[in-house]
Amino acid sequence: MRSDPVDFELVAPGSLPAVLSLLAERPGKWLPIAGGTDVMVQYAAGKLTNRSLVSLWKLPELRRIEVSDDELRIGATTTYTDLRQHEITRDELPLLVNAAAWTGGIANQNRGTLGGNIVNASPAADSLPALLVYDAELILASVRGERRVPYGSFHIGYRKTILAADELVKAVCIRRQFRGFFSFSRKVGPRNAQAISKVCVAALARMKGEIVEDVRIAMGSVAPVPLRMEKTERVILGNALDAVTLQRARLAAMDEVQPIDDIRSTVAYRRAVCGNLVEEFLAKLAASPTNS
Amino acid sequence: MSTSGGMCDVSFSVNGATRTVRVYPMERLLDVLRNQLGFTGAKEGCGEGECGSCSVLMDGELVNSCLVPALQANGAQIVTIEGLAEGPRLHTLQKAFLDCGGAQCGICTPGMILASYYLLMRKPSPTVEDIREALSGNLCRCTGYMQIFESVAEAAKQSQTGK
Repeated sequence: MRSDPVDFELVAPGSLPAVLSLLAERPGKWLPIAGGTDVMVQYAAGKLTNRSLVSLWKLPELRRIEVSDDELRIGATTTYTDLRQHEITRDELPLLVNAAAWTGGIANQNRGTLGGNIVNASPAADSLPALLVYDAELILASVRGERRVPYGSFHIGYRKTILAADELVKAVCIRRQFRGFFSFSRKVGPRNAQAISKVCVAALARMKGEIVEDVRIAMGSVAPVPLRMEKTERVILGNALDAVTLQRARLAAMDEVQPIDDIRSTVAYRRAVCGNLVEEFLAKLAASPTNS
Repeated sequence: MSTSGGMCDVSFSVNGATRTVRVYPMERLLDVLRNQLGFTGAKEGCGEGECGSCSVLMDGELVNSCLVPALQANGAQIVTIEGLAEGPRLHTLQKAFLDCGGAQCGICTPGMILASYYLLMRKPSPTVEDIREALSGNLCRCTGYMQIFESVAEAAKQSQTGK
């Protein structure tokens, strides 16, 4: 059943400190809403448990990309469109920009936010594998102060995170150290636009001569949380990209993922696709011109 | 914006004219536009941001109005399909949709045209791929996609040649 707006309150305090004070007053009462591309869908379906919402839309502190010499600090309500249009993210974070481009249609990219994708914590979220391979860190803010945590430790189970009831994700920080890396990303789904992925991957690598000197692979929709494929990476790291490595990596990936059967796909299909994607990544890496 | 008893006054402009409405803050912009203000061009298709038939421009950005709580529209500039024509003179896009058979049952058409308008604002000479991407969030159940893409290409051509 659709929700009745009479039963809900929504406030827009207009500044980050005011929002944080509200969250601290009654932790758990207020659900933050930014562009509404997840929250309003749950609301439409009558599945929203919170009756009190606080708007983050147009908070200037949260919607900006700050660039310093050694890191990018992306505000939590930076939209997918913002990510696609910003010169530095386009240049240095192609995995994140690609994921932004295949998340929903244009109208949803104009409203959907990176912070929303993180907090919503869907294992199928398209932008999250990119954050894993870029070793992103999150700034979490509350009236108690700010803490900076590795993004890789944020998700602790299916739709469970370490975010406290009075906290907001304020920004995503990514060190500017990935220029010259080979990037590979793909979404496998029924349709390029608007469809939730069956499997999505983000991967980075750097070669030293014939040897893989650095490799990072993460996948979505293959485990209860967005998954960094550390075992698969270990199989590849320090090796040449020969047929043996490719085959070992494929098998490691198929072993490492923990997919489920659901409305979008099956365990068998997802496992096979994971192996294929890792092999495709390594084959393209081997053939890339930067690999010389 | 003032609040009392759950409702609040929200002001925004629609197609250039300022409107103030008394709403529940979580009312959908789509419902406010259609039911309180009579802008019925925006349609409800899916009601969950998948189909694009409720598309409007908010502060110059294409959005699905079914996913916008009314409070978030406070102070915004909204453009609906009703704002494109100048009096009896159709917008180039509207004319191209008519000429190329880009409208069939018409439910998706306002959203298709606004998404196309948003594309042409940013890219006056789009490729076919640009058009397909720009309209990827707009579903047509008559499946007249080819005519729709042709309509957008035709409108772009006419705008470029200044006709």
